[in-house]
Amino acid sequence: MPTLPNQEEKVTLDTFLRGLWEENPVFVMLLGMCPVLAVTNSVRNALAMGLATTFVLLASGTLVSLLRKLIPKQVRIAAYIVIIATFVTIVDYTIQAISLDLYNALGAFIQLIVVNCIILGRAEAYASKQRLGATLVNGLGMGIGFTFALLCLGAVRELLGNGTLLGLQVFSDQFQPWVVMILPPGGFFVLGAWLLLFAWLRQRRERRLLEQQGASVHGR
Amino acid sequence: MSSEAQVQQAPVTPSFAMLRTLGSIATLSGLLVVLVYHFTLPIIAENQRIAIEKAIFQVVPGAVSRKDFIAVGDRLLPADSEGAQGERIYAAYAADGRLRGVALQAAAQGYQDVIKVLYGYGPECQCIIGMKVLKMAETPGLGDKIASDPGFLRNFEALDAQVDAGGAGLAHPIVTVKHGAKTEPWQIDAISGATVSSKAIGRMLNASAQHLIPLIQRDLALLQHSN
Repeated sequence: MPTLPNQEEKVTLDTFLRGLWEENPVFVMLLGMCPVLAVTNSVRNALAMGLATTFVLLASGTLVSLLRKLIPKQVRIAAYIVIIATFVTIVDYTIQAISLDLYNALGAFIQLIVVNCIILGRAEAYASKQRLGATLVNGLGMGIGFTFALLCLGAVRELLGNGTLLGLQVFSDQFQPWVVMILPPGGFFVLGAWLLLFAWLRQRRERRLLEQQGASVHGR
Repeated sequence: MSSEAQVQQAPVTPSFAMLRTLGSIATLSGLLVVLVYHFTLPIIAENQRIAIEKAIFQVVPGAVSRKDFIAVGDRLLPADSEGAQGERIYAAYAADGRLRGVALQAAAQGYQDVIKVLYGYGPECQCIIGMKVLKMAETPGLGDKIASDPGFLRNFEALDAQVDAGGAGLAHPIVTVKHGAKTEPWQIDAISGATVSSKAIGRMLNASAQHLIPLIQRDLALLQHSN
């Protein structure tokens, strides 16, 4: 029975850190833009969405990795979607049990984790070819990377759009909130600003690396 | 030719293997979902009860317990009576078991989506004594002030809702007027910059009160005591 070929890699620090920086799902790969723009109008929503996605990423990764030798490649996408949908349903019920307010604030975006391409992408590109350990470490890195990105957006938008952080007043009463920041256009503005910053940082690092290489070549 | 050779070389997955895999995964996922559903069901039901009670006791100040009724046609029936289907209303009682007020739901189209509110009716003053927005998608910073603006919420501390002499509707329809133009106790002073949302509140309160408050006034004896 043809399954996907195993391409197991050793678990290193890089397996974890890749998702945080080099392959950050939001800032580098630009995946999962829908929840990134829609639920980051406050830190609390961003954190809840990030944690829910991380949980689904880890749980579905575990099952996909454990069952990787049993899933025929022709039906793998269907199998992954069923597995992912299961855990999303579990998260949906759990959030309702934890807080109805939070559930209402996140709205349909909890159910839409099913079609978040970060999760299907990880299942297809990583979990289906790797051992459980590597899958969990990589998934955790990606999950934290995604949560970090959501928090970056959520913090800026809540601070500028509402003058608060995690619901606590930060600015004095005289601060006039930029309402546009918690509206949809604000999501695009803030995402654009963060992307600009990250692209600039990456370029600067690459330039330095090149200069160092150049220096070492000349030094020899 | 090479592709033909590849097709011949590739081992074929028996359909049975695909069915078996998908079947097992679906069974496993069904089992997991049912387990979690059963575990969280009572917690979610309890959360919903707390949420609705919190809202009821907020729109009927001083209430500590509640009893549900259903408005069927032009009659009020206890919610546990058989075959009762219709609009649910909540009678709210003080600690001594006396009726403090009745919480009612109302809804109307707002600026972006339907706005749903819960409001309290006090039979003693024959007026609306509280209002809380349950669900809305109004513009943050403008329309969503209907839930938080202290000046606007003051409209609903004693909004006149007297039943007319015939007992079929309100003596004065509830209307939203321009900001600062309120002169009568049955008028709602709109929030400037959020006229559409303010008007939606007035519209939904009027529609709901015209229908339900005459019923409540007539069947007041049924609601009067908590036991």
